[in-house]
Amino acid sequence: MNIGQAVLEALESLNGNKLRSGLTILGIVIGVAAVIAMLAVGTGAQQSITGAISGIGSNLLFVFQGNFREEVRNPKPLTEADAYALRDQFLAPSVAAVAPAVSDQLKITYGSEQKTAEVSGVTPEYLTIRNYTLLEGEPINENHILERASVALLGTEIADALFQRRDGLIGETVRIEGQPFRVIGVLEPKGGGAFGSQDNVVLVPFTTAKNRLIHRNRDRIDIIFIQAIDAKSVSQAAEEVTQILRSRHRIILGANDFTVFTQQDFVQTAQTITGVLTIFLGGVAGISLLVGGIGIMNIMLVSVTERTREIGLRKAIGARKRDILIQFLTESSLLSLFGGLIGIGFGWAIAFVVGQIAQANQTPITPKVGIDAILLATLFSTAVGLFFGIYPANRAANLEPVEALRYE
Amino acid sequence: MSDIVIETHNLCKVYKMGSVEVNALCGVSLNVMRGEVVSIMGPSGSGKSTLMNLLGCLDRPTSGEYYLDGELVSNLNDDQLAEIRNRKVGFVFQSFNLLPRMTALANVELPLRYAGYRNGRTEQARAALEAVGLAERIHHRPTELSGGQQQRVAIARALVNNPAILMADEPTGNLDSKSGKEIMELILKLNQERGTTVIIVTHDPNIAAQTQRVIRLRDGALVEDGA
Repeated sequence: MNIGQAVLEALESLNGNKLRSGLTILGIVIGVAAVIAMLAVGTGAQQSITGAISGIGSNLLFVFQGNFREEVRNPKPLTEADAYALRDQFLAPSVAAVAPAVSDQLKITYGSEQKTAEVSGVTPEYLTIRNYTLLEGEPINENHILERASVALLGTEIADALFQRRDGLIGETVRIEGQPFRVIGVLEPKGGGAFGSQDNVVLVPFTTAKNRLIHRNRDRIDIIFIQAIDAKSVSQAAEEVTQILRSRHRIILGANDFTVFTQQDFVQTAQTITGVLTIFLGGVAGISLLVGGIGIMNIMLVSVTERTREIGLRKAIGARKRDILIQFLTESSLLSLFGGLIGIGFGWAIAFVVGQIAQANQTPITPKVGIDAILLATLFSTAVGLFFGIYPANRAANLEPVEALRYE
Repeated sequence: MSDIVIETHNLCKVYKMGSVEVNALCGVSLNVMRGEVVSIMGPSGSGKSTLMNLLGCLDRPTSGEYYLDGELVSNLNDDQLAEIRNRKVGFVFQSFNLLPRMTALANVELPLRYAGYRNGRTEQARAALEAVGLAERIHHRPTELSGGQQQRVAIARALVNNPAILMADEPTGNLDSKSGKEIMELILKLNQERGTTVIIVTHDPNIAAQTQRVIRLRDGALVEDGA
């Protein structure tokens, strides 16, 4: 008996028990759909997070105060002088640009409208390092820094909230914590980022911020953004920055009292987290696939018992063990294959809905149903059908014809 | 080729019921010639079903030898027995044993499928159904056929592979007397036309009377062999 006939006969037999076949398939459908949806959402989340991190800028390094991994006694704060020291072309040849920044959540008002935003005091390099471009207006320049000018660049979210528009804002005056600032430009929207929205920001000159908005002890700063000269020199730059800061902070032995993160570190951390999450969710979904497989085994066992006489007859007229085995394995594999196919469609739909919900909640995730996930689900569900079909099919194949024919 | 189709020497079958051994069949030696119609009779428990299972290659004897159509079959394995059954034995059962979801044609085709035929199955099955007088009902399912018609389908299925022997286990047991008579006539007619050896297991003396030779069993032993 060839495979084509076996498939046809199996289809006939499954068709003869529609409700039962349908319910058995449902178990696999739910399992496969869950796996597909979870993998898709996981992949989507991973992509949107890594996308957000890359969106911050390119070849970036971040320096924070304090050590995140080890305890350090009396950590020295990061200062403006530290930042300027990093600009040394001879000690740090891999560093292209350095931008110290201070930032805080402050209240912005215009007329009766108000909104809280992250206000950062930045130097002119900041815009290039962070990849910010302007919708209109001019960037913060050295003169603004020297004059401690009360000027501000608005993110689009702020512009939308205060003015309900994004253009024609130059020359308007907003108040940050009650102090007037003249708008000199609007930043192009960048979407959500690793540190919250990158559009709910206001940039002011570094000196102005330190003087009038964000008061820090002496010349302390919050973070130093550094751009390496190219992608290959990122780790070299990190090394140079570490050496300079260690000598400036007079650390001869022991741990750093600052932390240098590269963009790649963030991407890797994010990927590790979402990867673990995806595996976890996929594993939970895999359990439901397992349960579906047990459902198949159960129903195949019932089917074998029910059809004992049929098996006896088939053997009497010349079916070999192999023929019976193939017959039942085909049925169980078809059940799981159909379940798998329907489940893929269903999982796709779930992933799409999750994506829509995420979109509606301002956290854009685009779930990705990859070819690999589809192949994996199809293969895996068929394998589940085969595996859980083996025992019942074997039982059928090993029935003694005499016994089977006598079975009532 | 010899004209002996069935040749057994000292056929024995012992069943183990727990720790007790039951001699279902003991020392049966018989020869059946090609084209003979033989009935096996005996009270229940006499071993006639056991003998039929052995002759039909559904089961292996505990001891003794069995030559079917010149081949020693008493020591074959399961798959080899399946192949012998497929080629050399046709079965007709009391309860027809047709597959309910298949049409008459598909039921008759089934042995050909297991034999591995790819082409001409439908034609062969159709011819077999015509031979049993069911040419008009080949696309009906068993539930749409009367008992007599169902048994005809079963006979067509048994003969489609041109077997050496036709084993009929109480073929008229589930039929009314009129269709039972017709089925017996059909079996005898097919025996005449094709020369297929027929072995009928029955406890109906009227059936046995229509056969050329009656074998009687009692307590697992052959007690009478004659016309």
